[in-house]
Amino acid sequence: MTAIASTLGAVTPQSARFDEPLHLRSGGVIDGYDLVYETYGTLNARGDNAILICHALSGNHHVAGLAVADDPKSAGWWDNMVGPGKPIDTDRFFVVGVNNLGGCHGSTGPSTRNSATGKPWGSDFPLVTVIDWVHAQARLADRLGVTVWAAVVGGSLGGMQAMRWSVTYPERVRHAVVVAAAPYLTAQNIAFNDVARQAILTDPEFHGGHYYEHGVVPTRGLRLARMLGHITYLSDDVMAEKFGRLLRGDNLKFGFDVEFEIESYLRYQGDKFAGYFDANTYLIMTKALDYFDPAREAGGNLAAVLARATARFLVISFTSDWRFSPARSREIVDALLEARRPVAYAEIDSPNGHDAFLMTDAHYHNVMRAYFQRIAGELA
Amino acid sequence: MSARTDQRQRADLTAIGRWVREGSRVLDLGCGDGHLLSQLQRHKRVEGYGIDIDIDSVTHCVAAGINVIQSDLERGLSGFGDQAFDYVILSHTLQAMHNTEHIVREMLRVGREGIVSFPNFGYWRHRWQILRGRMPVSDDLPYQWFDTPNIHLCTLRDFELFCQQHGIRILERLVLTDNTPISTAPNFFGATALYRLDALR
Repeated sequence: MTAIASTLGAVTPQSARFDEPLHLRSGGVIDGYDLVYETYGTLNARGDNAILICHALSGNHHVAGLAVADDPKSAGWWDNMVGPGKPIDTDRFFVVGVNNLGGCHGSTGPSTRNSATGKPWGSDFPLVTVIDWVHAQARLADRLGVTVWAAVVGGSLGGMQAMRWSVTYPERVRHAVVVAAAPYLTAQNIAFNDVARQAILTDPEFHGGHYYEHGVVPTRGLRLARMLGHITYLSDDVMAEKFGRLLRGDNLKFGFDVEFEIESYLRYQGDKFAGYFDANTYLIMTKALDYFDPAREAGGNLAAVLARATARFLVISFTSDWRFSPARSREIVDALLEARRPVAYAEIDSPNGHDAFLMTDAHYHNVMRAYFQRIAGELA
Repeated sequence: MSARTDQRQRADLTAIGRWVREGSRVLDLGCGDGHLLSQLQRHKRVEGYGIDIDIDSVTHCVAAGINVIQSDLERGLSGFGDQAFDYVILSHTLQAMHNTEHIVREMLRVGREGIVSFPNFGYWRHRWQILRGRMPVSDDLPYQWFDTPNIHLCTLRDFELFCQQHGIRILERLVLTDNTPISTAPNFFGATALYRLDALR
């Protein structure tokens, strides 16, 4: 991803402690937890200009601005979308990014200390799902004085949270912006996730999820999981264009070292990711994806579930995204139409696959800008 | 598909505004910048949705708060339920469709009624230009032959025959020239035709 000079400047994460137990979808309970979050812009007097940005599988609370002053590499993962004068304009909105429960960027998760044992939670950390995150985010909203979100926004797994918000707390969401998402994972999606999980679970250094105590990290498994994920985030076309059959050296080496540029790229991405991301968090995030299926509550009828929403919807997909293809977004749109909910849908022509939702694209950003200007107009 | 001139917009609004019931559910195919829908929302309080293939049109609609679905009409209306709308409108779009029969069938599947408007190729000014050896160019047919999106032009009589052959009932017809209703020899004196239709079941 190209680093664009952030216009927000340095930002500082904050932390909120919650001592009220959170009852999970799985039946488990988390007695107390911390959520790490960042905010940009100012909450207005009516408290109605707040926007929640939900992160995807490997995202976190650092949505925009610089984590390290003057270091453009420390820009947030959606810095091209969120900031002063950007499509989600922090001069008009109070924007909140939060690291979800089970994450590995400061919020309570497998790598944080379990007060009952004094050790990291590891695999004892319960499996959390999208609805659990939404309940936790709602408590953070209460804490921040946000009664109603002007919008809940997310791409991929983040879009699923936006959808979930709209039906779980319909009175607290004015707009739901669902980008590059799906109403549930297909067998193929789950299959990719399970291969990724198996890579981690079968790494000898996984130690049943308690690798922290052994002073090791299941790097190989996490690296493979990320490499596989990356293949599914790119399109065939963009891979062909970026890498083709380019070799690193001049000649074939007839061995198993890096020869093709695509191998080099994937290994680099895998290594980088394994260097900072937690394997248990990766397992939890992929399970949350697999479990997401709000239509289940109504015998598979998505429209019946979405009929609970009172929000207006913006749904966006990308033509070359095959992880969550435009057809999957159309399932959401069609269900919203059936439920007679207001919805706008844009299918952005992009070569960049699933990753397109993170990238700068004039058409995509114009649609987002138009939608958020409209929301800002409603507040004025 | 989204280029509707003011002239045509006015003609459509006059007739469509007259036909569409207050508070009904409307789908506008090839909705462009959403002008017709926003007028219907304002004056008829309709629950409106539009479809357009063009991203700039979609962006305009989003900016205007119009419910718009980016989609290619040539691929039909799959995803839209049977009889999900009170009216499906095809305003100055029919003549630019490749698969005319398919979209008309689809509009009457999804809508209880269809409203179609198109430029009358049989309008005397068009006939006159052909007699003089040229392809017609007018307010209603503003394109030169070599860059026109209009590939399926027809006259009133052609369209009515088409309806008869496809089990489509004409509920109402309005023919306009310069926004004035034409009742005498409409296939000759009428520039724009509007029809309210349903399917014979």
